[in-house]
Amino acid sequence: MGTSFNTALESLRTTRVWKSIFRRGPAITNRTRSLAVFGNLFLHWLPVKVREKSLRVRAAYYLGSLSLLLFITLVVTGVLLMFYYHPATPKAYYDMKDLRFVVSNGVFVRNVHRVGAHLLVLLVFWHMFHVFYRGGYKPPHEFNWVVGIILLLLTLFLSYTGYLLPWDQLAFWAVTVGTNIISAAPVIGSEVRFVALGGHIVGENTLLRFYVLHVVILPLLAFLFIGVHLWRVRKDGGLTVGSKDDDGQN
Amino acid sequence: MSDDKANPAQANADAKREVSRKDFLNEITLGALGVAGLGGAALTYQFFSPKVLFELPTTFRAGNPDLYPVNSVTFLQDQQVYIVRTAAGFYAVSAVCTHLGCITQWKPEANMIACPCHGSKFQPNGKKIDGPATPPLPHYAINLTADGELQVDKLQITKADQVLKV
Repeated sequence: MGTSFNTALESLRTTRVWKSIFRRGPAITNRTRSLAVFGNLFLHWLPVKVREKSLRVRAAYYLGSLSLLLFITLVVTGVLLMFYYHPATPKAYYDMKDLRFVVSNGVFVRNVHRVGAHLLVLLVFWHMFHVFYRGGYKPPHEFNWVVGIILLLLTLFLSYTGYLLPWDQLAFWAVTVGTNIISAAPVIGSEVRFVALGGHIVGENTLLRFYVLHVVILPLLAFLFIGVHLWRVRKDGGLTVGSKDDDGQN
Repeated sequence: MSDDKANPAQANADAKREVSRKDFLNEITLGALGVAGLGGAALTYQFFSPKVLFELPTTFRAGNPDLYPVNSVTFLQDQQVYIVRTAAGFYAVSAVCTHLGCITQWKPEANMIACPCHGSKFQPNGKKIDGPATPPLPHYAINLTADGELQVDKLQITKADQVLKV
């Protein structure tokens, strides 16, 4: 039965359709194996080789990888939540009730999103502390540290904008207090608060603005900066590379 | 040229500022793009600043003065304002705590306005007794309309000692 499956697969691989998708030929030589990665949109981001040491848990406890995985999970659960959520007052609150009590498995999706958000904040802080502890911010990695800080700020802003969306007492007062803190900034404080809230009060404009920030703008920025962050790590040789002296030598 | 000999410094200065046509056009273009960029940024900021707000009107009527007994503090929920009537007259005090914006509560048994969030306490005239708030509660302008009703304007802050005599 195994061999008949194999022969079926082989005959599939000889079809014109298959060969138009996988143009490199079967991945049996080193060249075709490399092409399988290089020639693929989704895979060519990955390195051709990695150091075996960098795959061990003790290298960096997989903190960065887990952060990325959790971020993707949040995007997926977030999109699922969007099918039932209206960013309007006071419907938003009742939509959250619906998600919890009416929508099939809604409570699960919502909880994964909420718990995941808290976990992501925890993870990125842990990741940052670990990178600091291991000296991963030293030259030539200084810029990547800055990108990491930007990502931390994006995570916190995503957390803050998302917090308002259930439109319950906790959300409303958290945003009231937070935006009042903004208004204490000298000169531009009250103007910034006015634009952030879309008015003088935390109301329907605020909910909509925070929703657009949370769902479109901040995730796009996060994807961009995550790309830069991972690119830098990869171009510098990945994990467990020794730090360089100031003149760039190991 | 005799001009060069007379003003060698000027000629030198002119020579140093010599710019090729290509570079000049580049600089002009970058400058124009910069101005356009600044203009675009200003327009974007204006776009995000809302021009029409569907919020409660900031000037509102508080009813007939006789509704309020002497020496009373009445909390108006929708407008978040206390109407205070003393023997001297009326004044309107904001119910929004000046610390971080929570809505305060009137505690008649303690004769004070207290904030549930972080424990700020105010006298009925808005003066701070205790807590993390720094400024006193602002007073809003209160006056009588032509048909004898109280009217409060939340956009006008008045001095704390101003009282509407009725």
